Amino acid sequence: MIRHALNFYVEGFRNMRLGRALWKIVLLKILFLFIVIKLFFFPDVLKVTYDNDTDRAEHVLRRLTQSAETDQEPLPPVAGKK
Amino acid sequence: MYHWIFVPLTLGLSVLCAFFETLYVRTGNNEWKQLTKFWMSLFAVNFAIGVATGIILEFEFGTNWSNYSWMVGDIFGTPLAIEGILAFFLEATFFAVMFFGWDRFSKRMHLFSTWMVALGSNLSALWILIANGWMQNPIGMRFNPETARFEMLDIWAVISSRIAISHFTHATSSGFLLASLFVTAVSSWFLLKGRHQTFARRSITVAATFGLFSAMFVAFTGDEHAYITVKTQPMKLAAMEGLYKGKKPTGLIAFGVVNPDKQTGDAGDPFVTKIEVPGMLSLLANRKLGSFVAGIDDLVWGNPEHDIVGVDRKMKYGRQAVSSLADFKKARKTGDSAAAVAALAIFDQNREFLGYGYLKKPSDAVPPVSLVFYSFRVMAGLGTFFILLFTLFLIQSARDKLTANRWLLRIGVISVFLGYIAQQAGWIVTEVGRQPWAIQGLLPVSVARSNLDSGTVAVTFFIFLALFTVMLIAEVKIMTKQISLGPEGSAL
Repeated sequence: MIRHALNFYVEGFRNMRLGRALWKIVLLKILFLFIVIKLFFFPDVLKVTYDNDTDRAEHVLRRLTQSAETDQEPLPPVAGKK
Repeated sequence: MYHWIFVPLTLGLSVLCAFFETLYVRTGNNEWKQLTKFWMSLFAVNFAIGVATGIILEFEFGTNWSNYSWMVGDIFGTPLAIEGILAFFLEATFFAVMFFGWDRFSKRMHLFSTWMVALGSNLSALWILIANGWMQNPIGMRFNPETARFEMLDIWAVISSRIAISHFTHATSSGFLLASLFVTAVSSWFLLKGRHQTFARRSITVAATFGLFSAMFVAFTGDEHAYITVKTQPMKLAAMEGLYKGKKPTGLIAFGVVNPDKQTGDAGDPFVTKIEVPGMLSLLANRKLGSFVAGIDDLVWGNPEHDIVGVDRKMKYGRQAVSSLADFKKARKTGDSAAAVAALAIFDQNREFLGYGYLKKPSDAVPPVSLVFYSFRVMAGLGTFFILLFTLFLIQSARDKLTANRWLLRIGVISVFLGYIAQQAGWIVTEVGRQPWAIQGLLPVSVARSNLDSGTVAVTFFIFLALFTVMLIAEVKIMTKQISLGPEGSAL
């Protein structure tokens, strides 16, 4: 049954014309999004800046209470971004 | 907004393809099969270009909206995860059968697959709009001050939220409307060129019928959405109407030019000129003749006569929530459990106003009125026009006089672009209209965003803009080429 399904996809792709161009676009786009854009331009800021959830929670709590506390240390810059 | 260029056509064209194929299966006429395959090829182009454009939004959650992402991950993440697991896999599984399986599966199985792709696409929209609906009307959760996170208490409240359901029905039916405009536009172009006339007439008959019902449903759901918005986001409704001072009864502004110098609390006239339908907004907003509709000034400064607590007072409660949260944090650090309990008690009393504690002045709670006002009128005006347009197409189609009315065909071609304009205007109303809130009343955008410098934001914005522009150009080029090949030339 798996071979039958595989044949279905292989033959399907083989017989495509427009579909091949579309698939090239989809694959290129997904590669570009996940490998270039995500890796280099869209880091998860809290994950990169802090090692654990306790520190991340602390960062967010500090942001939430910044306006009430004037004696707080300023929030650190985002890791890797100056 | 860029993502929304691709999505509605997927939502609607998938359903239209399913209708076309249903006609093929029921009649056994191979011309309907050829027609279905043509529209399916255009659906494939839009789907391929549009797929994963939403991913970049999810990247942005972690980068540009890290505070927001941390705080709402439990709530927001759930519908997005369900969308990925359920809806996307449903689409992806049956997509292959739809495109590869014409000669490999029975007619009924293939038709079933096409309907599953349509269902999958629209189910994706459901979960995304449930997430967005929660931002507009945050319910079913509780803020945990220990972890600074919103924790889900009642997932069914989130899923069945009236805002979420009305958002979904309105957005998806607008997608059906756009797809109907698209099919009508392409078919009208064929008729103007004297090409594929039987094909084009058949397509217009189905699309105009579907489009007319969709346009009427869009109007119905839009009315329902506005009725709910009055209760959950009254400031948005007031901005949509350019209404500053509420009154009984309140008229609906059918047409108006907003006074750009008007500020909340001043005595200036909100409009340079206007055409008002007396009492209509009272009826539409509250479904009660002569009822009071709150204006921006009532909401900002309060109106005791109508039990409206102003933003100015909410800011006081909000600041108490913020300072008690700070006290709680300090007490927890020093291990003073009594002080922590006391601080938490004050926070609990004021938690629903937390977001207001971050506003600098009461007028910060007012969204950009002109943009919301005009966008609403563009959307509603075009929506009304589309009902008329599809009615005319159906009448001329029934009389077999489509080709004799070239002016109507030309309008049909242009109207698809008007459809896209209406789509974008609708999103401006709903998203700009809720400013300054990332989460209504609980978290303003200024606190939700990451601590990034403007250069970083600019770089990612322009990368995203460049990528989407390339994709849009690619889509237009491939789409127009496929259309020019016509039904005979379309093969996947």
